[in-house]
Amino acid sequence: MRRSTMRGRLVGAILGGLVLGWAAVPAPASAEMLMNGAGATFPYPIYSKWFDEYAKIDQGVKFNYQSIGSGGGIRQITERTVDFGATDGPMTDEQLKKAPGELFHIPTVLGADVATYNLPGNPKLRFTGEVLADIFLGKITKWNDDRMKTLNPGVTLPNGPIIVVHRSDGSGTTYIWVDYLSKVSKEWEQQVGRGTSVKWPVGLGGKGNEGVAGQVKNTPGALGYVELAYAVTNKLAVAAVQNAAGKFVEPTIASTTAAAAGAAANMPADFRVSLTNAPGEAAYPIASFTWLLVYKDQANEAKGKALVRFLWWATHEGQRYPSDLLYAPLPAAVVKQIEAKIRQITYQGKPILAAR
Amino acid sequence: MEQSVTGGGAAEGLPLPRAFLARSRGAAWGDRVFMGIVRGCVAVFVLIMVGIVAALVYESLPAIKHFGWRFIVTSNWDPVVESFGALPFIYGTLVSSLLAMCFAVPLGIGAAIYLAELAPFWIRPPMGFLIELLAAVPSVVYGLWGIFVLAPWLRVWLQPALGKTLGFLPLFKGPPYGVGMLAAGIILAVMTVPFIATVSREVLLAVPNTQREAALALGATRWETTRLAVLRYGRSGLIGAVLLGLGRALGETMAVTMVIGNRPEISASLFAPGYTMASVLANEFTEATSDLYLSALVEIGLLLLGVTVLVNALARLLVWSVGGSVKAVRE
Repeated sequence: MRRSTMRGRLVGAILGGLVLGWAAVPAPASAEMLMNGAGATFPYPIYSKWFDEYAKIDQGVKFNYQSIGSGGGIRQITERTVDFGATDGPMTDEQLKKAPGELFHIPTVLGADVATYNLPGNPKLRFTGEVLADIFLGKITKWNDDRMKTLNPGVTLPNGPIIVVHRSDGSGTTYIWVDYLSKVSKEWEQQVGRGTSVKWPVGLGGKGNEGVAGQVKNTPGALGYVELAYAVTNKLAVAAVQNAAGKFVEPTIASTTAAAAGAAANMPADFRVSLTNAPGEAAYPIASFTWLLVYKDQANEAKGKALVRFLWWATHEGQRYPSDLLYAPLPAAVVKQIEAKIRQITYQGKPILAAR
Repeated sequence: MEQSVTGGGAAEGLPLPRAFLARSRGAAWGDRVFMGIVRGCVAVFVLIMVGIVAALVYESLPAIKHFGWRFIVTSNWDPVVESFGALPFIYGTLVSSLLAMCFAVPLGIGAAIYLAELAPFWIRPPMGFLIELLAAVPSVVYGLWGIFVLAPWLRVWLQPALGKTLGFLPLFKGPPYGVGMLAAGIILAVMTVPFIATVSREVLLAVPNTQREAALALGATRWETTRLAVLRYGRSGLIGAVLLGLGRALGETMAVTMVIGNRPEISASLFAPGYTMASVLANEFTEATSDLYLSALVEIGLLLLGVTVLVNALARLLVWSVGGSVKAVRE
C-alpha cells in the first residue's frame, strides 16, 4: 500500500510539475512597452549605455537589444521579428528589395580601424593605403622593404618577415578594413573584394579584437588591425595612415569624426556611404558609420513614436556618451541631415514627428 | 527469496512479496505510467535528434543544390564571390582531433593505470580530483592560455627545435608561427585528457580483483598483470573513454579557434595554420548576410554531424571487432 501511494505521489508530483511549469510562463508585462532590437556587436557597448540613460528620461519604454551580429540584425528586421535592426555594413540593394517595406539607415556613431604591429621598441610607423594593400596581398613581405623605408625615414626596420594577422570571425571591423583596401588598391578590389569575411591572400586569423591583438603582441614582426576603441584601451602601437588629402593622420576619436564631416558634403540621401578614404585634411581614412535599421512606415503607432523619440535623443543628447566609450560622435553637419531623415518616418503615411 | 525475484510472475504460488504488491491498488496502472514516462524520455531525445537533422538538411538545401559534391571536395572558401568548398575544414577537424588523440590517449590511459593500479592510496583522491578539475576549466580559458602561453612557447622553443632536428619531414616544415595545427592538437589533447583519464580509471577500478589475483598467482609481474588481466579485460570500456574524448575534440570550438590560425588551407606541415568545421561556424555565422553563405555554413554543420557519426560508427566497429574476446572473458 505504502509503495503504491508513494509511486502515485511521485507520478502526481511529476505531472503537477509539468502543469505548473506551463502555467508559470510569465505573461508579458503590459505596463511598459518593450522595444526589441538586434544586430551588430561592435556598437553594443554604446547602445546599452544609451538604453540605460534613456530609461531615466522615458520610463514608458524598455529596450531589449540582442547583439547577434549584423547579418542577424538584417535578417530579423527584414522578417519584422524586431522593431529595429543594427548593422556595421550598409545593406545591399538586393537585401533592401527583400524587405517588406522601405528601410532607413540611421547612422548612430562612428568607429575606426587601426593598424597595430609588433616591432622592437615599437617605433611610430607610417603607411600609405597602397603599401597596406600590398602587405595584405602578400606582395610586400619584409619589414625593410624599400617602400616601407621611404615612408619611414629614420626608423630602423628589421630584416624580417611581416606576419599578417586578420580577424577570423566575420565582423564589421573587417568590412571597414577591406573596404578601405578596395578603395586604395584596384588589385585588392579585384582579387579579394569587400565583405565581413573574405578570402585572405596571406596571414593568420585571430578571433575577435583580443585574438588579433594577442597574436600581434606575441609574434615579433606581426601586423594586424583592430578597432580604435580596443587599441586605445590596450595602449597598442598604432600607425598613422595617409588620407585622401595626402596627410598622414593618427587614428583618434577626433580624426574619425573628421572623416564623417569630410563626407557630409556628398552624403547620399540614404546614408549608405562608406567613409573610408574620406576627403578632408584631418580625416582618418579607415573609419565608418554604424547604423540602426528602421522601417520608414511604422506598423505600430505607439512603438513608432517611441522609436522616433529615441532616435532623435540618441543622435542629439545621446552624442555626448560615445567619446567616453571610445566611439566617435557624429559631426554636427551629419546630425542635421539625420534630423531630416527622422522626420520622414511615418505611421500610416503620416509623419510621426511634427515639424519643429 | 532470491529465486523468487528472478522467477517471479508465475500465475500460481506467487512469492509473498509479489502477492503483497499485487493486492495494492493500481499496481498495473503505475507500471503503465512509469513505462510511459521513461518512453517519453527517450522519445524526447529521438525528437531532438530528428529535429536537428531535419533543420540542418532543410537550411542547407540551397547550398547542397548549388554546389553538390563540389562542396566537400574543393578547397576554395570565398564569401565575397560566394564560392564555397569545405574540404580544408573537414581536413582540419580530422587532423587536429587525430593529433590530439595521439597525445591524449597514452597520457590519459597511462595516468589511469597509475591511479587505479600503482599509486599509493593516499595520493589517489587528490590526483583524481586534480584531473577532474582540468575538465571543468572553460574552453575559452584554454584558448587564452593557448594564445599567451602555449603559442609563444611553441614558436620560441618547440617548433625551432623540431624544425632543426626533424625538419626534413614534411610534418615539421615551414616558419614557426606558434599558432597552427600543432597548437590546436596540443590544446585539444589537454582538454580531452581529463575525460579519457577519469573514465579509464573508473573502467580499470571496475575490473574484478580476482583477475589481478589470478595473474599474480601465476607469477606475472606488475606490468604483465596490468597488460594481460586488467587492460585486456577493460578494453571495450577504455575504447569508450577514448571515444568520449574524441567526441569532445571533434566538436570543440572556442579554444581551437583561438590557436589554430584560421586559414582554410590544406598543408602537410603541422606548423601551418589550419581551420576546423566548428571554428568556421563560430567565426562566420553571426555576420553571414547572404542566403547562400548562410546555407553553406549550415551545410558545414551538417557535415560536422556526419563526420562525428561516421567516426563514432568506425570506433564502434572497432569495439565489436575486438569485443568477442572481451565478452568471453566477462562471461
